Amino acid sequence: MLPRSQIVLLISLATAGIISAFSSRIDDYILDVVLGIGINIILAVSLNLINGFTGQFSLGHAGFMAVGAYAAGTLTTGPGKAWIAAAGVSPAVLFPFVLFAGGLAAAFVGLAVGAPSLRLKGDYLAIVTLGFGEIIKVILQNIESLGGSRGMVGIPSYTTFFWSFGAAAITIYAAWALVNSTLGRGFLAVADDEIAAEAMGLNTTRYKIIAFVTGAFFAGIAGGLYAHLKGYISPAGFDFNKSIEIVVMVILGGMGRHVGVVIAAVLLTVLSEKLRDFGDKRMIVYSALLILLMLTRPQGLFTWKSARKASPG
Amino acid sequence: MTEFLQQLINGISLGAIYALIALGYTMVYGVLRFINFAHSDVFMLGAFVGYYAVRKWGIPAGGVAGGLLVLCLAMSICAIVGILIERLAYRPLRGRPTLSVLITAIGVSLLLQNLGQFVFGANPKAFPRLFPEANFHVGQLSITSNQLLVIAVSLLLLAALHFIVHRTKTGTAMRALSFNATASSLVGINNDRIISFTFGLGSALAGAGGILYAMNYPSIDPLMGTMPGLKAFVAAVLGGVGSLPGAALGGLLIGLIETFVAGTGWSTYRDAVAFAILILILLLRPAGLLGKSRSDKV
Repeated sequence: MLPRSQIVLLISLATAGIISAFSSRIDDYILDVVLGIGINIILAVSLNLINGFTGQFSLGHAGFMAVGAYAAGTLTTGPGKAWIAAAGVSPAVLFPFVLFAGGLAAAFVGLAVGAPSLRLKGDYLAIVTLGFGEIIKVILQNIESLGGSRGMVGIPSYTTFFWSFGAAAITIYAAWALVNSTLGRGFLAVADDEIAAEAMGLNTTRYKIIAFVTGAFFAGIAGGLYAHLKGYISPAGFDFNKSIEIVVMVILGGMGRHVGVVIAAVLLTVLSEKLRDFGDKRMIVYSALLILLMLTRPQGLFTWKSARKASPG
Repeated sequence: MTEFLQQLINGISLGAIYALIALGYTMVYGVLRFINFAHSDVFMLGAFVGYYAVRKWGIPAGGVAGGLLVLCLAMSICAIVGILIERLAYRPLRGRPTLSVLITAIGVSLLLQNLGQFVFGANPKAFPRLFPEANFHVGQLSITSNQLLVIAVSLLLLAALHFIVHRTKTGTAMRALSFNATASSLVGINNDRIISFTFGLGSALAGAGGILYAMNYPSIDPLMGTMPGLKAFVAAVLGGVGSLPGAALGGLLIGLIETFVAGTGWSTYRDAVAFAILILILLLRPAGLLGKSRSDKV
C-alpha cells in the first residue's frame, strides 16, 4: 500500500490525463488561461519553498523561468531540433525530458547565483536575485542565435493540460514531501531563527541553497511549459513585474502555506486575465495589495488558524 | 591618454550621482537595518519635480539662481515624500520581521513607479535645461559645465552631510541610534524622530541625485530610477553598508568602472557589470571595503 500522499499524486495525474484527453472540446482561450494557471501554480509553489518555508527573499523567479524557457526552447526549436530529428524519436515524446533539461539548466544557474549570496544573512539575496533577473535579460537580448531581443518564435505547442497540471501536481507533491522531510525541518529552522539554527549545529547555508536550487529547478520547468504553451518567448516577457506577480501570489496565499499559495495562484491568474485591458494599472493594484497585506494581514489572506509557522521572517 | 582622462571625468561625474543615492541607502540601513527599495523611486521623483517645476510651475530656469531654486525644491519635496513613506508604510511595521518591511518597501517602490506611469505618463520626457551650459576644452579633453556642476554639487552635499552627521546634535543621535537602538532610546533620544530625519536627509540627497542625473541624461521616465538605484545599492554594499565614506567611495568606483567598461567593446553589458561586482564583493569581502564585519549578538 502506497502512502496517502502518493495516492493523491497518482489520482491527480490520472485526472489530469483524463481531462487532457477531452481538452479539444474546451474553448481555446479558456484552455490557454487554464494551462497558465497550472504554470503559475508551479511558480508560486516553488517560490514558496524559498520565500515561505526557508524565510529567504528571492526576487528573480522570472529569471529562472527564463532560463528554463530558453533552454527548453533551444532543444525543441533552436539548434536542438536537429539533434532530436537525428535521434528519430517523436519530439512530443521527448517533451518531459526537454522540460527536465530546462529545469536542470535553471537549477544550475540557481546554484551559481545562490551559492555566493546565501552565505550571508539578511537582504542580500533580494538584491542579488533582482540584479540577476536584469542580467539574464541583458544576456538573452545579446545572444543573436536565441533571437536576441526579438525573442524566440515558432516554438511547437507541446504543453497540454496533462503536462501543465501533471507538473503542477508533481511540484506540489515534491514541495510537500520536501518540507515534511528532515531537510524541510531544516528549512523551517532557518526561517524561524537563523542564528538559533546555526547554534544547533545546522549548516544553514546548505539548507538555504537546497531550497533555492529546488525552487529554481521548478521555475525552470514552468518556463519550459510556458514556452511550449505560448509558442513565443522574449527576454522582456520575464521582467521584474513577472517576478513580482509570483511574489504577490506567495504573500497573498501566506508564506509557508501550501493550500493558500495554490488558491492565490489560481485567483491571481484569473484576476490578471480580467484586468488585462487595464495594462499598467494592474501593477498599481498589485503593489497596493502588497503594502496593505503587509500592514494588515502579513500571514496571508487564506490563513485562518495559526499553525507551525505563524509569521514570516 | 586623452581617451583615458575623458573617461575618468565622465566616470567621476556619474559616480558622484551614484554616491548621492548610495548615501541614502546606507543611512536608512544604518538606522533601520533594511534596504529601502523605494529609495530609487524617490530619485526618479526628484527628476520629475525638476521637470514640472520648469515646464508647468513656471520657475525660470537656465540661469544659476533658477537652477539652484529647482534643485532645492526637488530636494525639499523628496525629503517630504521620504518622511511620509516612512511614516505611513514603514513605521507601522516597526518591530516586525525584516522580511515584512522589505516586502512593504518593494510594494512602495512599485506603487511609486506605477503611479508615476499613471500620473506622468509612461513615455520618456525631455528634461529642460536648468543651468547655463558651456563646453570647456582642455587640449583634446571636452568637459561640459554640467559635469563640473554635478561634481561640485555632490562635493558640497557630501560636506554638508558630513557636517550634519558629525557636528550636530541630531547627527550624533543618528549615529547613536545606528549603533544601538535600545540604548539610544534609553538615553532619551526620540528614535522615531531621528528615523524620520534620516529618511528626509537621504531622500533629499536622492532628489538632488535625480536632478543631477537628469541634467546629464536628459530623458526621464517613471522607471528611470531602477537601474541607477540598483547600482547605487551595489555601491553601498561595495563601500560597506552602514558606512557613509564607504558609500561615497563605492559610488565613485561603480561610476568609474561602469564608464570604463562602456568605453570598451562591452558596452551592451554595462548594466551587468555592477552585479558582477556585487557577487564578487559578497564572495570576497561581504563587509565591504570600508565596513566592519559585525557578528550578530543574541
